[in-house]
Amino acid sequence: METILNVSHLTKKFGYLTAVKDLSFTIEKGNVYGILGPNGSGKSTTLGIILNVVNRTSGEFSWFDGTTSTHEALKKVGAIIERPNFYPYMNAIQNLRLVCKIKDVPETKIQEKLELVGLWDRRNSKFKTYSLGMKQRMAIASALLNDPEILILDEPTNGLDPQGIHQIREIIKKIASQGTTILLASHLLDEVEKVCSHVIILRKGENLYSGPVDSMLASHGFFELRSNDLDQLQKLLEKSASFGKIENFNGTLTAYLKEEMDAESLNQMLFDKGIVLSHLVKRKESLEEQFLTLTKNQ
Amino acid sequence: MLRLLQIEFIKLWNNRASKVLIISYFVLLTSIALIAAIKFDIGPVQFHLADQGIFNFPYIWHFNTYVTALFKLFLAIVIVSMMSNEYSNKTIKQNLIDGLSKKEFILSKVLTVISFALISTIFVFVGSLILGLVYSDYNEMSIIFSDLEFLPAFFFKLVAFFSFCLFLGMLVKRSAFALGFLILWTILEQVVFGLLGWKVMSWEAAKMVKRFFPLESMANLIKEPATRLSAVQNIGQQIGEDMRFDYHVYWYEFLIVIVWTAIFIYLSYAILKKRDL
Repeated sequence: METILNVSHLTKKFGYLTAVKDLSFTIEKGNVYGILGPNGSGKSTTLGIILNVVNRTSGEFSWFDGTTSTHEALKKVGAIIERPNFYPYMNAIQNLRLVCKIKDVPETKIQEKLELVGLWDRRNSKFKTYSLGMKQRMAIASALLNDPEILILDEPTNGLDPQGIHQIREIIKKIASQGTTILLASHLLDEVEKVCSHVIILRKGENLYSGPVDSMLASHGFFELRSNDLDQLQKLLEKSASFGKIENFNGTLTAYLKEEMDAESLNQMLFDKGIVLSHLVKRKESLEEQFLTLTKNQ
Repeated sequence: MLRLLQIEFIKLWNNRASKVLIISYFVLLTSIALIAAIKFDIGPVQFHLADQGIFNFPYIWHFNTYVTALFKLFLAIVIVSMMSNEYSNKTIKQNLIDGLSKKEFILSKVLTVISFALISTIFVFVGSLILGLVYSDYNEMSIIFSDLEFLPAFFFKLVAFFSFCLFLGMLVKRSAFALGFLILWTILEQVVFGLLGWKVMSWEAAKMVKRFFPLESMANLIKEPATRLSAVQNIGQQIGEDMRFDYHVYWYEFLIVIVWTAIFIYLSYAILKKRDL
């Protein structure tokens, strides 16, 4: 698989504070990555370093197998950091034309990208007259101008109203479905869960986990069960080697699996033992639960 | 190189304040000569400035470069704000993320500064040439094209001054403060000169040292031309003062100014390189 970004042992110190500590990860083409972490965990600093605006203290990073210089590589990257920054006195077309010049790409895509984010009608308005949502969409249009190999988004829905959040998410999903690699930094877990296939979890600048979302915890999920004979059910499950912790909450048993088992075979097994279930659901932990477990453990 | 200039042109030309200032600067640059030629011809006192020999070749090169250099303050405002606005709009960050290297960023500003200086020099050259051909008492080729060193002096003076403005914009990040700093610096050079002469060394030595100060060295390139006028020199002779002084431009004066230019540009780059945006 083609490597887009390789970060190894990256460290950034601001005086006494270590914002990023010995961070390593790799971004492969075609995946959608989420960088997760509470506020102040070093997400934006990490992105700042790989985007050439923050100086690293030590460590290395290389774009596209290190064959080009960072600023050349950035021409093939689309990135939005925190707040959209454009020239307030210029309109959308003028601003995007400037970006085209910087990225050394023809100006032919301006209309297409402005239409994609729904700003073509406002193309002649000055940037300073835009609402925050429009500014953010304008930033996305700008980041897409060069049809980037990777799109980097830092808190893209921060400060937006629900409608704006929805619009941005729809745009991100559309881009992801076209096969563009995406690196999305956020502290909003459901946002990451909805679009990302891989996650990198940071806490206080340290890498807690990086890999596919599914194998974040060595977990096989859990069953939610209800039956008329709850005590009997609980005893049976406790005897079974397949289950670990079993919780009884408001008449619903939650049984955590220690090994893979599908709902059908559990139902069959319990039925054979004379227990009829009134409720059976197999679930995986949500990203939020996994994230909290992971950050708590360390 | 053309790409970097185009980038800067888009930024400047779409900003109404910059556009107005740039246009007024060049309008002033051309009209100064014309106004001087027409006016001063009023009332019973027949004082026609053009008759006083200010438009004589080669003196006109000296006079016009000296006077027009005073307008550089217009462009100074444009240049300081074109640098500091990048910080206040945070567009410098976006430029770098979009794939401009820090070197290219500085280079685009420096190229703009050089273009400004070059266009100004051409304006002054053409303007003075026309004015001189109309009013000058001497029209021989050899005289017209003597003392031309004032033109490169003008060019380097502007480049150095604008580089200083760039550096201040980069250092201070706020245009109003940067311009304030520029004024403060002007005063500071005089204060340091005063202190040196008064306490540290002889006035002669202090004057030597003063030549190495950045703004002073730029001013030194084109010295004030008034005392070169025959009218003024006549008065000087009558009151028994020898006013002949050395107005020529020397190579070491060029050198000092070029070294300062290099220092300012390098420092701007060093600051940008070191800063976390």
